Amino acid sequence: MQNFRYIDKVATLSLDQETCIGCGNCVTVCPHRIFGVAERKAEIEDQDACMECGACAKNCPVQAISVNPGVGCAAEIIANWINGFVGRKIMSGCC
Amino acid sequence: MGRPGPESPLLVTANYKLSFDALRFQLDTIDAWLLVADTRGVNVWCAAGKGTFSTEEIIHSVQQSQLQELVSHRTLILPQLGATGVAALEVTKGCGFKVQFGPVRTSDLPTFLRNNNQADEAMRSVTFTLKERAELIPVELYFLLQPLVILFLAGVLLSGIGPTIFSASAAWTRGLHLLSGTLVGIGCGTILLPLILPWLPGRQFWVKGLLPGLAGGIACWGIFSGQITTPEGLALLLWITAVSSYLAMNFTGSTPFTSPTGVEHEMRRGIPIQVAATVIGLLLWVAVPFISQP
Repeated sequence: MQNFRYIDKVATLSLDQETCIGCGNCVTVCPHRIFGVAERKAEIEDQDACMECGACAKNCPVQAISVNPGVGCAAEIIANWINGFVGRKIMSGCC
Repeated sequence: MGRPGPESPLLVTANYKLSFDALRFQLDTIDAWLLVADTRGVNVWCAAGKGTFSTEEIIHSVQQSQLQELVSHRTLILPQLGATGVAALEVTKGCGFKVQFGPVRTSDLPTFLRNNNQADEAMRSVTFTLKERAELIPVELYFLLQPLVILFLAGVLLSGIGPTIFSASAAWTRGLHLLSGTLVGIGCGTILLPLILPWLPGRQFWVKGLLPGLAGGIACWGIFSGQITTPEGLALLLWITAVSSYLAMNFTGSTPFTSPTGVEHEMRRGIPIQVAATVIGLLLWVAVPFISQP
């Protein structure tokens, strides 16, 4: 994945180290390997590689991670815009 | 799979044909149980993102299949990419089975199982190799068939408009030129772009789509140089670039590294430019018969 970098400084991922218990679930599930655990606390090592899939937040036992999850897909976003505009679901987006 | 016994591992997947076939193919030497979650034919990652490969669905499948009677252990192995939709701890609470996330790719499963269910960093990372990108091209093209028919009909209509209100011969010859342009744009945005993606300048996909589009547009202009006027060539160039840029932006949905916040960010910048190029290009195209008449 080193060949592929997306837009910097946009991902909504954040980690509350106070709450973190250092279980390492986020390290396991992240498909971009952006977490590490040091001294029983997780840390975000590469924030800009985050694709906001939400796997870490979903598998955090103490809700220390917050991210606005979704699929990074233009067709999906266009469908959401149009559905929001007309007030009902007329487009289905991707997959 | 094979001849599983009470000790054999329990693998969970989605009822997406390719995932299922990949598992069967990779595991022909391994004895394992397979639990197939009903994701209505959608692959694990998409289904996890859309909520069908979910905590509830896994619990439901476990309970339906009465797994506890088949195996002596209490561990489910899920594909790692399912973690987007499945909270491991809640599955354990819901049905008593512990969840372990296996590797991202099925091809790493035999190694994972041999290594006492340990996955290394490479097995846990998504990739986007040339082969993986090339495999997406037919899928992307398939989704364009219907829009292409509409674009072709609209193109013929636009091309026929002229001082005589509508000219069937112009509709045909100019319609074919416009269709060729559309096809070149699709070729640039849907075939060329995925192949050369890592080497294209720009982080935002609509920007990455510009260069192939400009190259395709210039090539198209060159090929038709004897048959079309300069404004028509310029119109084709603008249209092809807009198509390529738009399709490049759409390709974000097929990549494993674009964030929704990032995609929305780039769409707010790219779409106005794509719309402007399209409108100027098509206005030029329609205007040509009026300005070039003696």
